[in-house]
Amino acid sequence: MAVLDILAYPDARLKQTSQPVTEFDADLRRFLADLEATMRAAPGGVGLAAPQVGRPQRVVIVDVSGRPDIPHNGRMVLINPEVREREGEAVGREGCLSVPDYTGNVARAARIRVRAMDESGARREYACEGYEARAVQHEIDHLDGLLFLDRLVSRRDLFRRKVYK
Amino acid sequence: MKRWHMLTVVGRDQPGIVAALTETLYRGGANLGEASMVRLGGNFTIMLMVEADADAPGLRRLLEPVTRRLQLHAHIDAIEGRLHEHVEPNVRVVVHGADRPGIVAQVTAALAANGLNILDLESDVGGTADRPIYIMTIDGYTRDGIAALERALEPLRRTGVAVRLTPIDTMVG
Repeated sequence: MAVLDILAYPDARLKQTSQPVTEFDADLRRFLADLEATMRAAPGGVGLAAPQVGRPQRVVIVDVSGRPDIPHNGRMVLINPEVREREGEAVGREGCLSVPDYTGNVARAARIRVRAMDESGARREYACEGYEARAVQHEIDHLDGLLFLDRLVSRRDLFRRKVYK
Repeated sequence: MKRWHMLTVVGRDQPGIVAALTETLYRGGANLGEASMVRLGGNFTIMLMVEADADAPGLRRLLEPVTRRLQLHAHIDAIEGRLHEHVEPNVRVVVHGADRPGIVAQVTAALAANGLNILDLESDVGGTADRPIYIMTIDGYTRDGIAALERALEPLRRTGVAVRLTPIDTMVG
């Protein structure tokens, strides 16, 4: 297991579209172990996408189970993930391991169902809400070359949405 | 040697203030840092970090043609830059109610007494001239948790001011 270097914006590799995984082999499992080690070594990191470490493949890991009092699915390895359903909207604050020293407000679906494959290639489906749904959407964005910077909303937007919710 | 200044600008709002000032600063070799620019009432206000070779009088001379033409008041202070030291807020406080003297003082006194560091505050007066309402949003950092702030704000709520505290749990991925 190795802690990998995380690419920092404006590295052009963060803007590329990642390719689906087709081989569920030992190389993938080694990479997943490195990706997870990298996520856990990063302060506050609850998710990491393969392109953030320079591997343009549709692979993300999310684990928000360390945050207090929120619903979660534990450690999720999401390979070739697809958001099947989106419901509601919530504005929340995000940062990114690839964007140091900046955080901002982003609107995301409040609840999602995501279908993906796990490390062995088996189909999995997860229902996610709140903080975890935010993390999954943020990571899947990386696979399409999108950063939370591309989705920032203003503070006033946040206030108006909340008042009239 | 480049040094940082805080440029404060106030004037009657009109289109083109930001463009004229920043164009002049750019042509004068200055680099911009973080900024807050907002229309308050009928005025436009700017707090802008400017990095330049010039000292404060030099920067003032550079800006003088623009500030005279647009009738802006400019004030310049030497500062330390200290970029890349953002403090992450962990609580948002939203306050609203019928406008009356003392809301800001009472809310912020209660928050300060319980260790809240205000990182960002914006407020508006809405409603109508005869029935104004006051709205304030604060992002801050509390070391002691939200429960202490809730208790401190309870007396204010009884006076009819709505105060909502929301934790900010920043997702980093």
